[in-house]
Amino acid sequence: MVKTGDKIETRNLNVYYGNFHALKNVSLKIPERKVTALIGPSGCGKTTFLRCINRMIELTDGARVSGEVLLDGMNIYDKDVDVIALRRRIGMVFQQPNPFPMSIYENVAYGPKIHGVRDKRKLDEIVKESLERAALWDEVKDKLHENALKLSGGQQQRLCIARALAVEPEVILFDEPCASLDPISTAKIEALIRELSRDYTIVIVTHNMHQAARVSDYTAFFMLGELIECGSTPQIFEKPRDKRTEAYITGRFG
Amino acid sequence: MESEKLVEKLLLAAAASAIFIVFFIIVFMLRESLPVFLEYGADFVFGMTWKPAEASFGILPMIVATLLVSGLALMVATPLGVACAIFLAEYAPPLVRNVVKPVVEMLVGIPSVIIGFFGLMIIVPFLRTHFGGYGLCLLAGGLTLAIMTLPHIVSISEDAIRAVPRSYREASLALGATKWTTVRKVILPSAKSGILAAIILGLGRAVGETMAVLMVVGNPETPWIPTSLLDPIRPLTSTIILEIEYALWGSMHERSLFAIGVVLFAIVAILNLIAVRVIKRGVMA
Repeated sequence: MVKTGDKIETRNLNVYYGNFHALKNVSLKIPERKVTALIGPSGCGKTTFLRCINRMIELTDGARVSGEVLLDGMNIYDKDVDVIALRRRIGMVFQQPNPFPMSIYENVAYGPKIHGVRDKRKLDEIVKESLERAALWDEVKDKLHENALKLSGGQQQRLCIARALAVEPEVILFDEPCASLDPISTAKIEALIRELSRDYTIVIVTHNMHQAARVSDYTAFFMLGELIECGSTPQIFEKPRDKRTEAYITGRFG
Repeated sequence: MESEKLVEKLLLAAAASAIFIVFFIIVFMLRESLPVFLEYGADFVFGMTWKPAEASFGILPMIVATLLVSGLALMVATPLGVACAIFLAEYAPPLVRNVVKPVVEMLVGIPSVIIGFFGLMIIVPFLRTHFGGYGLCLLAGGLTLAIMTLPHIVSISEDAIRAVPRSYREASLALGATKWTTVRKVILPSAKSGILAAIILGLGRAVGETMAVLMVVGNPETPWIPTSLLDPIRPLTSTIILEIEYALWGSMHERSLFAIGVVLFAIVAILNLIAVRVIKRGVMA
């Protein structure tokens, strides 16, 4: 059993892309209702790690996974795990905002609809609530039926967050969610992530160390496919134990 | 620098020649057919009786036959072709796709007379034994044409489906959608305009196809509007090829065959214009 307080735990997680060993024996605990940031130089395996948590890694041709990922103590790589149900519990927000080419309303209602919600009033309610939680409602409430692609990049990303929230996940994975956004939009998303961490377990991959320092409670540092160090965010940034962590956060490489 | 200018001029001349050829064909066809349109006007296009010996030149039954046989072909080829395209783009492992797609595209290269021959030797006898009649009929034409339009629909639809950004797929799957739900709710709607264009271009191809259809539809002496799938039909293309041989040079009969050509050309041109519009709208959206 996972000790109370940890939502996700990986044990000896390995990923291979063909012959390339992309993730090496990573064992990491991710606490419930906290923000955990994954940092490290490009190609260090942090996004690969993230995509293991909702089994999106399986969409990559030639990727092999070994080891365990426990969600509330259940190994999500067990044979009888329903990947559909798993992905309902673990939402994901991507690097590039990727709303569907449909209306704002339809984007948010997509998840509930495919999971069987038919009632129009119920859908309206879910859409409103999800947009409110994603801090987007006030900006779009008068144009719910306009095409989502007309929104600005930052709005699109918040729409994607609303879309993920609409299926009521327990965990939300963010894969560099601000990589393509301007500083003001970035600040809004960061504030939103802080807010959401009261109710959701959040894992965020980021290239931006300042962002990790601002939004996260815990930080894990990856390098060349290995987990080098993890701990509370202030500890990692102020008193890193490993020389490589120190070198990275002080900007000597990356 | 001199040779550079020369090359440029030669290329311009080559490009211009293509335009001139099209232009001259159109002018020639219009000039030859003009007397028919002047004399018969709407009666030519909407007339029900085609009896050149009695100076009756009504081609409506042929227009209907052409549209029916092409429409039938698409009704068969579209579901099959789109399903095949979905399989190739979304489900087939790369190895299977790399074999199947070139093979499907090779179908385009098979001369239409061979497909017509196949229709005549396989489809026609099959219909004759199982459904009665002569076997040479609307249905035989539709099935033969379906074989010919299928590769176009598969190929263009597959391109349209693959052009849907990967990020849409990922977003849908990450929300817990199944692959099939993702295909139905996200990918097909996004690829809609490309698939529609494939169908319209397929229709244009079917309308203009001559040889394969000629061989399997029966071509009755006096064309009529078919009332059953097993009725023989006489499409526009068949009439031109069957009668050009004995129509007297310069007679109204001969000119009416050119006029049929103009009608055919107009139908195909309109379909192509619609296809271009549909594709453009898809790009803008």
